[in-house]
Amino acid sequence: MCAKSLKEVVDYCQELFDDITFQSARKWKDAEPGRKVIGYMPVYVPREIIHAAGFLPLGILGGGADMEVIHGDAYYQSYICRIPRSTIELAVAGNIDFVDGMMFPSICDVIRNLSGIWQLMFKDKYVRYFDTPQNFKGEVGGEFYQRELHELKEGLEELAGRKITNEDINKSIAVYNENREWIEKVYAYRAKTPWKTASWEVYILMRAGMVLPPEEHTQLMQDYLAAVETEDRPKRDNCRVIIQGSFCEQPPLNLVKSIELSGCYIVDDDFMMVARWLQKDVPTDGDGIHNLSDAFLNYSAESAFKFENVMEEKGTHMFDAIKKRGAEGVIFAAPSFCDPALLDQPMMVNRLKEKNVPFITMQYAENSGQMQPIREQSGTFADSIKLWSAA
Amino acid sequence: MSEKLEINKSKSQILQKEMITSNYDKITSGECKVSSTFVPGNLNELVMCFDMANNLPEINAIQNGMRKKSGGMIMEAERQGHSEDVCTYVKADVGQMAKGNIAPNGKPFPNPDLLLLSYTGCFTFLKWFELLREDYKCPTVMLHVPYDANGNPTKSMRDYIVKQLKEDVIPTMEKVSGVKFDIDRLREYMRNSAKAEDNMVWMLEQSKRTPSPIDCYFGGVYYMGPIFTAFRGTQDAIDYYDFLRTEIQERIDLGLGVSTPEGDMGEEKYRLVVEGPPNWTSFREFWKMFYDEGAVVVASSYSKVGGVYDYDGFRHDPENPLESLADYCLGVYTNRNLPTRVDMLAQNVKDYNADGLLINSIKSCNSFAAGQLMMMRQIEEITGKPGAFIETDLVDPRYFSAANVKNRLESYFQMIDQKRRGGGSATVAA
Ligand code: SF4
Ligand code: SF4
Repeated sequence: MCAKSLKEVVDYCQELFDDITFQSARKWKDAEPGRKVIGYMPVYVPREIIHAAGFLPLGILGGGADMEVIHGDAYYQSYICRIPRSTIELAVAGNIDFVDGMMFPSICDVIRNLSGIWQLMFKDKYVRYFDTPQNFKGEVGGEFYQRELHELKEGLEELAGRKITNEDINKSIAVYNENREWIEKVYAYRAKTPWKTASWEVYILMRAGMVLPPEEHTQLMQDYLAAVETEDRPKRDNCRVIIQGSFCEQPPLNLVKSIELSGCYIVDDDFMMVARWLQKDVPTDGDGIHNLSDAFLNYSAESAFKFENVMEEKGTHMFDAIKKRGAEGVIFAAPSFCDPALLDQPMMVNRLKEKNVPFITMQYAENSGQMQPIREQSGTFADSIKLWSAA
Repeated sequence: MSEKLEINKSKSQILQKEMITSNYDKITSGECKVSSTFVPGNLNELVMCFDMANNLPEINAIQNGMRKKSGGMIMEAERQGHSEDVCTYVKADVGQMAKGNIAPNGKPFPNPDLLLLSYTGCFTFLKWFELLREDYKCPTVMLHVPYDANGNPTKSMRDYIVKQLKEDVIPTMEKVSGVKFDIDRLREYMRNSAKAEDNMVWMLEQSKRTPSPIDCYFGGVYYMGPIFTAFRGTQDAIDYYDFLRTEIQERIDLGLGVSTPEGDMGEEKYRLVVEGPPNWTSFREFWKMFYDEGAVVVASSYSKVGGVYDYDGFRHDPENPLESLADYCLGVYTNRNLPTRVDMLAQNVKDYNADGLLINSIKSCNSFAAGQLMMMRQIEEITGKPGAFIETDLVDPRYFSAANVKNRLESYFQMIDQKRRGGGSATVAA
């Protein structure tokens, strides 16, 4: 079988990214009778359990930059972020009518209340608000979380009409371990040779992981890395930044492109944390649910939507990323009206100031159109970083 | 006669004010340790077990809002880098610290000895106390109350909360206060709580009468003060609600309607159920827009924000103290899912014979605001009564547009008139 060209891989990712009717997931579902699709919103759900049920976990990350919101504005006031209204739009317009259930993670009150809207509007669908503990002791938060995971498993079993065995879960854990391993390889490769991997390419490659079965996504990343290796792209005099605050409502692709074009290599980000939150492999033997719970309690990245019990630990994930990827600055890019990102930001900013790490802040909506101010802001930021490092 | 009643009315208000002031005096006295926590999920009985004073930052923000000080504090927080888009209670608190941290009694707030992060019904709480911890650097203990997403809190949720109380919250409070936990003391306080709660529910239900003797939103704010703050579980609270009951009964016996800051309201023309917190920076002006038109709020979700006692009959239970604290937290209004909120308010519209539901949507409060448009449509459908939607903010004066609010209210009252005359209805909304 001949290797895929970079263009083929990137075009395929772009096609998946542009398709807000989710044709690939529809095809997957239609390929065999009895298949089911479970949608989930940011930031984190244990996709391993959905996969273990034989279902496709489908990331619903809003309607994107181009979708016209006609109905959604009747559900949300102007001072609420855009992702819930475009998600409602996707549902009302029939774009996700093939989805058999939706999961709403405990990330903020908007997604929390959206689970209630779903209960009121789509009474025949499986709706699960998914709570992760804010207490990280095994015998306290861990026990609660394991019960939550069991409840989730039982709900999915009912939908599947069959039991989900521990072996099923362990197999799925292995699939996602491999997926995370390749994501890390892509991120590491980008950090090492950022001129070879355009950040917008990496972005849509990761987005593909929201709609494809994990096995296919892993293959796609392998194809991408093999293809990009053969490319000869010019090295630019860009600075290296990480993006923070974009973990839920996604920035328009043009924003990612604009940041890069203005002179910043993005060497890490928090765009799709569901695929990267667990920082280590989950064991593939023993009690799968227990292991998933343990991984969450002990190895999930410190983040804005999680209580940090030890004040001094706040910001560790961000600083780890800065160090690991050799970043020179941080761009806080948060959705407008996003409580978790915007309330967390001042604490992170203070820590960066203490350590003299340059940063800028910006806000966006998934459909922000004007990129000129973004380009100017990040361009000036890139110049100032270069000046500092030259000084 | 009305003079006497004004004095009677004033008596409960004066008493309430004295109680709130006495708590500020206690907090600022330097004589006891101070724990800060939130109104929803307020574990006042537990705080008292450790001889600590209970400081509630939301109440401080409200006080600053009513005294027209919050605007400057919010600007100060924004100058420090806090976003325009987030909860203005948090910014008022941060700004208050920056401006010398002065309590409403004019004395400086001491740094809290403990931040009791009862994470109940609002995500902002979690960030709020992380932010305060940055400055106070004091012990901060999390009590995670799972969201009641299915309208039916589970044993698993309750067990999780009880375990956190036993393993984390109580040991931390013992350590900070130096006082050993005594469960019998907790039981005693909870017995007191239940007594006051009985009278409070009686009070809430009196607005089923026509005319209603009380306003359950603007007036309700005063009536809820003691039980939602540092007095639930005290003899003072029992006495206050006994007193309030007598006062209300007196109005009923005399056939009087609502008492307002300008005296008796006069004819009751409209009966409303209100969802969402009030605006505090123009509280009087806002209320006046209602009573000038003869509108009384007969029920409100805001009067349930510190605990729901009427809908499913919850009372603090001294026989199962920790489990009961868990049930209390699980049941606060903002911890309930949207279908339950809809059911609660629709029931209120019917049971209190209201003309409809008015939503005061708060710009910076996602916990209440996200989903309110959907709730309004659902409640209109269930009750057949028209709804209306206004938008203000809690303590940021920049977002209170008196002319807009007044216009919308007037249109709404006209719509109700039209509906009564048998005409059609349309929602008044943004
Ligand atoms: S963008 Fe922020 S506020 Fe909006 S739903 Fe996502 S996490 Fe919540
Ligand atoms: S967001 Fe709303 S519920 Fe939460 S603290 Fe602010 S005002 Fe209170």
